[in-house]
Amino acid sequence: MQLIFEKSRSGRLGFRLPESDVYVFESLPQKYCRKEEARLPEVSELDVVRHFSGLSRLNFSVDTNFYPLGSCTMKYNPKFMEKAASLEGFSLLHPLIPQLSGGGILAQGSLEVLYHMDKLLSEITGMAAFTMQPLAGAHGELTGVMLISAYHKANGSLKKHIIIPDSSHGTNPASAAIAGYDVIVIPTDKEGYLDVQAYKKALSKDTAAVMLTCPDTLGLFNPKIKEIADLAHSAGALMYYDGANLNAIMGKCRPGDIGFDVVHLNLHKTFGTPHGGGGPGAGPVGVSSKLVDFLPISRVMRRDDNTYFLDYQNKKTIGYVAPFYGNFLVILKAYAYILALGKEGLIEVSENAVLSANYCLSRLKDYFEVAFDKICMHECVLSASRQVKYGVHALDISKYLIDKGFHPPTIYFPLIIKEAMMIEPTETESKETLDKFIEVMIEAAKLSKKNPQALNLAPEIMPIKRLDETKAAREPDLRWKP
Amino acid sequence: MNYIPHTEKDRQEMLKVIGVKSVNELFKDIPASLRPKSFNIPQGKSEFEVMEYLMELSQRNAVSLTNFIGGGFYDHYIPAAVDALASRPEFYTAYTPYQPECSQGWLQAIYEYQTVICELTGLDISNASLYDGGTALYEAAMMAIRLTGRKKIIVDSGVSLIYRAMLYTYTSNLAIEFIETPVVHGQSCREDIYKYLDDKTAAVIVQNPNFFGAIDDFSDIVKEAHKKGALAIASVYPVSLGILKSPGETGFDVATGEGQSLGIPLSFGGPYLGFIAVKKEHMRQMPGRIVGATVDQDGKRGFVLTLQAREQHIRRERATSNICSNEALCALRALIYTCLLGKNGLKDLANLNYQKAEFAKSIFDKIPGVKVKRSSPTFNEFTVELPKNADAVASSMINKGFACGFPLGRFYKGLDNYLLVAVTEKRTKEEIVKLAESLEAELCS
Repeated sequence: MQLIFEKSRSGRLGFRLPESDVYVFESLPQKYCRKEEARLPEVSELDVVRHFSGLSRLNFSVDTNFYPLGSCTMKYNPKFMEKAASLEGFSLLHPLIPQLSGGGILAQGSLEVLYHMDKLLSEITGMAAFTMQPLAGAHGELTGVMLISAYHKANGSLKKHIIIPDSSHGTNPASAAIAGYDVIVIPTDKEGYLDVQAYKKALSKDTAAVMLTCPDTLGLFNPKIKEIADLAHSAGALMYYDGANLNAIMGKCRPGDIGFDVVHLNLHKTFGTPHGGGGPGAGPVGVSSKLVDFLPISRVMRRDDNTYFLDYQNKKTIGYVAPFYGNFLVILKAYAYILALGKEGLIEVSENAVLSANYCLSRLKDYFEVAFDKICMHECVLSASRQVKYGVHALDISKYLIDKGFHPPTIYFPLIIKEAMMIEPTETESKETLDKFIEVMIEAAKLSKKNPQALNLAPEIMPIKRLDETKAAREPDLRWKP
Repeated sequence: MNYIPHTEKDRQEMLKVIGVKSVNELFKDIPASLRPKSFNIPQGKSEFEVMEYLMELSQRNAVSLTNFIGGGFYDHYIPAAVDALASRPEFYTAYTPYQPECSQGWLQAIYEYQTVICELTGLDISNASLYDGGTALYEAAMMAIRLTGRKKIIVDSGVSLIYRAMLYTYTSNLAIEFIETPVVHGQSCREDIYKYLDDKTAAVIVQNPNFFGAIDDFSDIVKEAHKKGALAIASVYPVSLGILKSPGETGFDVATGEGQSLGIPLSFGGPYLGFIAVKKEHMRQMPGRIVGATVDQDGKRGFVLTLQAREQHIRRERATSNICSNEALCALRALIYTCLLGKNGLKDLANLNYQKAEFAKSIFDKIPGVKVKRSSPTFNEFTVELPKNADAVASSMINKGFACGFPLGRFYKGLDNYLLVAVTEKRTKEEIVKLAESLEAELCS
């Protein structure tokens, strides 16, 4: 498709501004003004509508395609959440309003949402309190690591390193590092769990925290998780819970009960808010009671008369991690989701997500190598290593799936599994959809023996074929130029 | 449960294939001792009941005030086409475009967005977006530290206090020295900046227009920063770039900012849009996703995520940033908004904002006891000194239907009588005149 800039015609207008109703004032002095104008396109409203409608049709999305992208929890996003977020009482509110004296009363609706979400997420995860400020999962990680360092600092020593398994999301070590910590990586044992011997060896008085995903990125729940947490605590380290995989365990187990001290959640995964093509998400962070005093300001509190206010009194606070109160409209959608599903609904979410993942695993394990052949949680990790001898890789299978109308699983992650294909079906997909996907996967496995070229050449029916990614990186073309 | 399609029959068939008798067996790895101590969540409700409740809640927010509050977050009109197009589920229910063949729509949109940001800022390279203006400024500061290997940063106090607070939070464990230099008569104090600027300085950070609304030509500061080998970073307000000198024209190495004003509702603080643009030579130190154009096997143009060796999913603890997701849907809104306005529309919009604010200043000048600060030119926001405590005045004005501005004493010591007033294209002459009349009445009472 042409770029919108290539559709530009001099003199065309896409929007009419109101006429100025004030008399004309002298323009700004030239030295403050731009000489080169921004070359934005000149297009009509219909040009813009056609262009972006056309672009939208080139995407796979949850509303149009099964999207079993492991670790991303691409579940269906109920439509009423969008409607809730478009209510003008929420969308038009200026964030500085409650910061005027007496302004809190003007924002009671939004403050109630934030207050209740703090309580609901605390109950779901077994934590003492949440901050709603972090703007994404990785942003929550950074916030969590800063809370941990503030806690240790207050107790006399920042400590030096954070322990992270080799199966972790890349954001974990990156977040730990930019917060100023060294990272010690622990291998995974042959059962698929954290190698406890190596872990014990690494753990010391210099360990600030242990960052874990539970269930982990291999889709497994580590039965020794409590022992791992206890070991960390006895060494004076805190436990960090990466909540990317919470969709597996709602109502079945809570990070707080296991002994985790800090938890971040991805509202855009577990709580059904849309992923928006890469964001906005929201990454609220929950803490155990010993960390509450360090939470970012402001916090939303409730008075005896049931009115809500912004509290800046958290004396040991780490400060501001977001300009205001978090990605409010995303938090609002997740709130709507939790209210609609309720206790039983959330439990059913986890049960059915786990059921669907195990069903996919059971039906596919005769055709593909399985990272660890045991009951999985909400996602399963297969490998295309058996197909490699025919010249077929996880990438080829993915491209074949695209031609068949399925978004591929997450591939080549976790990094420790060769040719990994991580499938997370979620609870919102029907058995018929899963069956169709499974049939195509089996077809791909069979084709890799019979006609590997068919996979190597895929996709064939998409708007473009495979792209030259080396060229993209070697000769960066990152913007249109006239 | 309406969002879960499995029937009891489906479940039984699936369990049989798995080879277990019940769903509970699938959770056997969670020991009994780790089962929830409580899970006290209210019972679910119908969509109708939830919507009724949320509607009622939304009415407890006062959004009908005539708004003159800005402070970095502005009440601009959003054309209906922005909402209509950004509401297409093929955009909002997709994820990061890892698989280019089935994500060309998103990838091309991000490439176009990167172009718009480069055009607005007059710089070479942008990315797929960051979380907000504050985190974007933090990423810029970290870039400067990596690029120069130095650890001192000079921050002008005309930079939003919120963003400065965020910078300090994020860097609290890193031995980075921040020096805040004062604003004198609305302008950055050159004398102080040059006093601290030396060959240990990684960057000088300024904001244009600054938090008080004042516009500056920073070319002199940029030149001095470069002489010492430091980077010059500007945090900017994108709508103002319709007329103001671009960061690229001024010589800045990095420009960041809050993109909320480009078609994103105020939304009580988020989701917003952080943008960043840099000179070409700093490309490999950029944080976040970047989209590039390339060709497919048939030589046809296509778009991919590129330069990924900078990123956390490849480089882990050695990545340029921990960022993974971004604010793509907000970036899409900004792209659609700027395309609708077009080359002349953005200029006209910026002019309209400037003219209306100048009109408001002329009216405020006539209120006895009120002094409009005129030591520097402004764009669409300006500072006035009141004869009374501005916070108290702002609070009383709410009862008259006006959010009349932001009292600077909330953020700046000694500025208790100062009010920051923003005037966008949405404010009519009539509203501005009414505000002035009400304010005059309030000050006399």
